Amino acid sequence: MIAHRTWHWWAGVLALAAVCLLGVALGTVPISLADLIAALTSSATPAVHSIVVTLRLPRVALAALVGIALGTSGATLQATLRNPLAEPYLLGVSGGAAVGAVAAMMLGASSALWPLLAFIGAGVAVMLAIGVARGAGRSGHTDVRVLLMAGVVVGAFANAVIMILLANVPASTIRGALWWMMGSVADTTWFTVAWLGAYVLAGVAYLVWYAPEIDILTLGEDSAAGLGVDVKRATRRAFLASALLAAATVAAAGLIGFVGLVVPHMARAFGLTRQRGVLAGCAIIGAMLVVASDLLARVVIPPSELPLGAVTAVLGVPFFLIQLRRMR
Amino acid sequence: MIEYQDVTIAYDPDKEPVVTSVSLRAERGSVTAVVGPNGSGKSTLVRALLGRVPLLSGRILIDGVDVDVIGRRELARRCAVVTQREDTTFARETSEYIALGRFPSTGSWGAAASGDSEAVIAAAKRARVEHLLGRMTDELSGGEWQRVRIARALAQGGEALVLDEPTSFLDVGHEMQIFQLAAALAEAGSAVLLVSHQLNLVARFATSMVLLHKGSVVATGSPDTVMRGELLERVYDWPLVVTRDPAVNAPMLVPLRRTI
Repeated sequence: MIAHRTWHWWAGVLALAAVCLLGVALGTVPISLADLIAALTSSATPAVHSIVVTLRLPRVALAALVGIALGTSGATLQATLRNPLAEPYLLGVSGGAAVGAVAAMMLGASSALWPLLAFIGAGVAVMLAIGVARGAGRSGHTDVRVLLMAGVVVGAFANAVIMILLANVPASTIRGALWWMMGSVADTTWFTVAWLGAYVLAGVAYLVWYAPEIDILTLGEDSAAGLGVDVKRATRRAFLASALLAAATVAAAGLIGFVGLVVPHMARAFGLTRQRGVLAGCAIIGAMLVVASDLLARVVIPPSELPLGAVTAVLGVPFFLIQLRRMR
Repeated sequence: MIEYQDVTIAYDPDKEPVVTSVSLRAERGSVTAVVGPNGSGKSTLVRALLGRVPLLSGRILIDGVDVDVIGRRELARRCAVVTQREDTTFARETSEYIALGRFPSTGSWGAAASGDSEAVIAAAKRARVEHLLGRMTDELSGGEWQRVRIARALAQGGEALVLDEPTSFLDVGHEMQIFQLAAALAEAGSAVLLVSHQLNLVARFATSMVLLHKGSVVATGSPDTVMRGELLERVYDWPLVVTRDPAVNAPMLVPLRRTI
């Protein structure tokens, strides 16, 4: 663990800005810094303007938002569940969203509706997981371990549903579903960026507001109760907020694995321990990781693209292995 | 002051209560010890105070006010509980850990209020852990960790302190440190309610004792009234004698061997 220093924040923000700039500049058609500035001040050629403003900028913005949301969501869940292996997708969010999206594709719903159905699917899965956990727990008491297992069970059930749904559909639908399940921020629109942006802003503000309460929850349920926290309500609140935040990213960009798991570990490796600091660190690192991954995804073998979810995992795994080695 | 009035608790309403009509009182300026065999209901009493198990009947009062009436936050400001176990998945700096005790006073947004760092240092001093303030919680020894936890409880600012088996995993030196600390805090005016298995140390440091057996109070009063051989023999179901310790002449239990 590195001792925490104030300049880390500035370095982090600068690094994020640099990665975002590269994300806009690099691609099949490289854009020079001069062209980039020209495009933003709308004095560029129509072609450059179109690449920057309608293709690359929303793409980078969406990637950053997805990273922020998954990172902060993961940090909240790990602290609330007191489990460094917790991540948003463990709670059935990914499975539920996938069921929603696949169902939408099969029903032939317009692609504009996929995110909505994915979000509904994720929401239903989370509610189901909480419901299962409450039913299983003693006298309506929600045990965090039961909650985690309920999420896994709901996720497994969702996977089964997806396989059944995909068993009898045309190959094109399968390809669409698969592409979506591998995650992508390509071909995004400013509309998607706007709604996810509003959603992430609200969600992250909520998590930041309740962060001191989450700090208390890391002590365990009895100690948290002794410090005046309504444990049941606080746990459910954190759980729901982070799950819905992750669900929104799944709706906007499909499944992008590993970010919610690995980003909080990266933030803590910088010596961040207070939940508000961890959240801020996760926002910066999460955004950086997803923007950089998307950049890699499209520059490695142009003009074709690698699945974003695979790249985030490839970037995240080595870090995670190093962390594991450090744990005794 | 912490007061249990005729408290009955059952985890399952259809089954036998685990605590039956327990009344006890931990006054300011004294150490009140709750003792008894495993499963006698000691920790259930603590969990009830935390609001983690509902009361079937009776009430728990802090300074004469029902804990259900004051609300959790206010309760946490008046009475701090050092629970038996605590989760240590995420380590933090000791000063930051102790500052968590300020949460009941500052809530979600005022976490950085100016008086708070002073409160943290004052609490660390009272628990004699100022020298540990710069360390990480996962680098502390068992004894240091327990004293840091007590410091966090003191940072809550109340005049009532509950310690649930605070010396379970400690060697005799660290155990003595905790008991002396509890006695010193009581002397300074706090009401200390101490749940412990260490009968002999309790007999030395506690002002009064409450002996629980199968969820009921079977004896209460000064260590001399509670530490009676035939009573303890029956409650702990083991042959023993009660003598006097040579150092301070407090009652002392010596377990005997039994042919098995």
